[in-house]
Amino acid sequence: MALQAGGMAMDTASRVRALARFRMGDALFRQITRAAAVAVLILLGGVILALVEGAWPALRTFGVSFLATQSWNPVTEKFGALAPIYGTLVTSLIAMVIAVPFGLLIALFLTELCPKMLRRPIGIAIELLAGIPSIIYGIWGLFVLAPFLQVYVQPALIATLGDVPGIGYLFAGPPYGIGMLTAGLILAIMVLPFITSIARDVFEAVPAVLKEAAYGLGCTMWEVIRHVVLPYTRVGVIGGVMLGLGRALGETMAVTFVIGNAHKIMPSLFAPGTTISATIANEFTEAVGGLYTSSLVALGLILFVITFIVLAAARYLLLRIEKRSGG
Amino acid sequence: MNAIYQRRRRRNTIAIGAAIAATAIGLGWLALVLGGLFWHGLDGLSLRVFVEMTPPPGASGGLRNAVVGSLIMTGMAIMFGTPVGILAGTYMSEYGRHDRLTSVVRFINDILLSAPSIVIGLFVYEVMVRPMGHFSGISGAVALAIIVIPVVVRTTEDMLRLVPNSMREAAAAMGLPRSHVFRHISFRAARAGVVTGVLLAVARISGETAPLLFTALNNQFGSININAPMASLPAVIFQFALSPYADWQKLAWTGALIITLAVLALSIAARLIAAPRKNS
Repeated sequence: MALQAGGMAMDTASRVRALARFRMGDALFRQITRAAAVAVLILLGGVILALVEGAWPALRTFGVSFLATQSWNPVTEKFGALAPIYGTLVTSLIAMVIAVPFGLLIALFLTELCPKMLRRPIGIAIELLAGIPSIIYGIWGLFVLAPFLQVYVQPALIATLGDVPGIGYLFAGPPYGIGMLTAGLILAIMVLPFITSIARDVFEAVPAVLKEAAYGLGCTMWEVIRHVVLPYTRVGVIGGVMLGLGRALGETMAVTFVIGNAHKIMPSLFAPGTTISATIANEFTEAVGGLYTSSLVALGLILFVITFIVLAAARYLLLRIEKRSGG
Repeated sequence: MNAIYQRRRRRNTIAIGAAIAATAIGLGWLALVLGGLFWHGLDGLSLRVFVEMTPPPGASGGLRNAVVGSLIMTGMAIMFGTPVGILAGTYMSEYGRHDRLTSVVRFINDILLSAPSIVIGLFVYEVMVRPMGHFSGISGAVALAIIVIPVVVRTTEDMLRLVPNSMREAAAAMGLPRSHVFRHISFRAARAGVVTGVLLAVARISGETAPLLFTALNNQFGSININAPMASLPAVIFQFALSPYADWQKLAWTGALIITLAVLALSIAARLIAAPRKNS
């Protein structure tokens, strides 16, 4: 460089400076974006830490029995999470029992049966169901669905299934309209689009050659679905179902409207109950006393741990299927 | 036709019938929800709703403070959340595409994406409301921002990944440093997608209730002080719908209709912006 003549040297010098500036800007930008990415991790860590810290007084006072006792008494400050945990699991189970077959059937319709022209509009309409906020389902469930169930569906179920030995107790008691069954139904509607859209995606990823080979052997459409599509997409479908389950477990507002908020475990599906999220939403702002608040945060921690495990499993399964299809 | 063949045909017909019926029920359900909203909420929808304040029970009024509060908190949440989300998505797609950090962040981000929003509310309560000693609009906005981040991270990364590598290579071959490559090349190509992500995030948080219940709380006065409790449409709907007063329930329905229309408009707009990209 020293050998170069005057003008050239200036040029080179400014070029070197510009290059250095670029390099520094580049490094800076890299660090900034990296910091943002790390912030996402810190966020999750922060959520866990804050919840553990908030829940600590309750966990220290009640220990493991917090998970196993049913009493929820703000006056005597005795708190146990069993009833909300039971409610969360039962309502989610009801939701999955209804939503999984429906979701898979809709996905099959969209991928195998639907005329091309209708495919996109129907797909979008189902996805719009996912976009409707939780609170809308809540108000709709409380004022439209619950009265309908109370007047028409529940009396019919009580009359028909109420006396069947073995399962009769599930359909016993007065028809309140609101309760576990209603909450499960609302949840089913809410998770349906998640299951449908993931199932549709994995069904579409089945190589056409496999299906054509089965059709070529003379299989009916159902046989192709049952013996080719479903086995091929099993992992992905389970992933989608788990993702829906994760949603159902943590859903708050819709459930809060229709569950009835009773801290009791009742065998009947028509009975009011409560879920973890509904308990927190209903009682948190009214909670007085450190132990009460802390118990509610502990409920939140339990919910977070459960959904974390379910969602992590779902993502893991979906990642596996993504890797296989090279996506 | 032998018996086996007939049985197979019958099964096939049943399966097809079930699939069609399931789709019809799914669509019917959407129609029922929307129909119920319009049925109960439409006649309450007028300019008055946006002009008058939330009333005490028995009086007439509107939802102005709730609408304003929702707009303020949503706007602030987008302001806080979007930059972080876009930057993180940029790192994952442009710098660290094959990093370990990227795959870990993607995994965690996907979990945050579907994490129960009420837990986010508890988190913000613990780290903001409790130290500050009172509920406030700003903590509501932070709670919403935490919900915005994963949505934006996800769409930004996805959209930047759709930008063909040859474009980046061409720019790099001309001597552009990487920060310029993605500011001037990748982002320009992915802009529509990123905007879609932001719109979807707005749609997602505009109906969120659970994280606001114990961060922003509620406020029946027209406060726009972000350091004080702030009303929001979802929180007002929650309070009014569960009240025994017919007027309040009516307003709740109207509020629900407003939110739903806004959310549907946003998600349709997001789709329209994203659609041409998908085909190319």
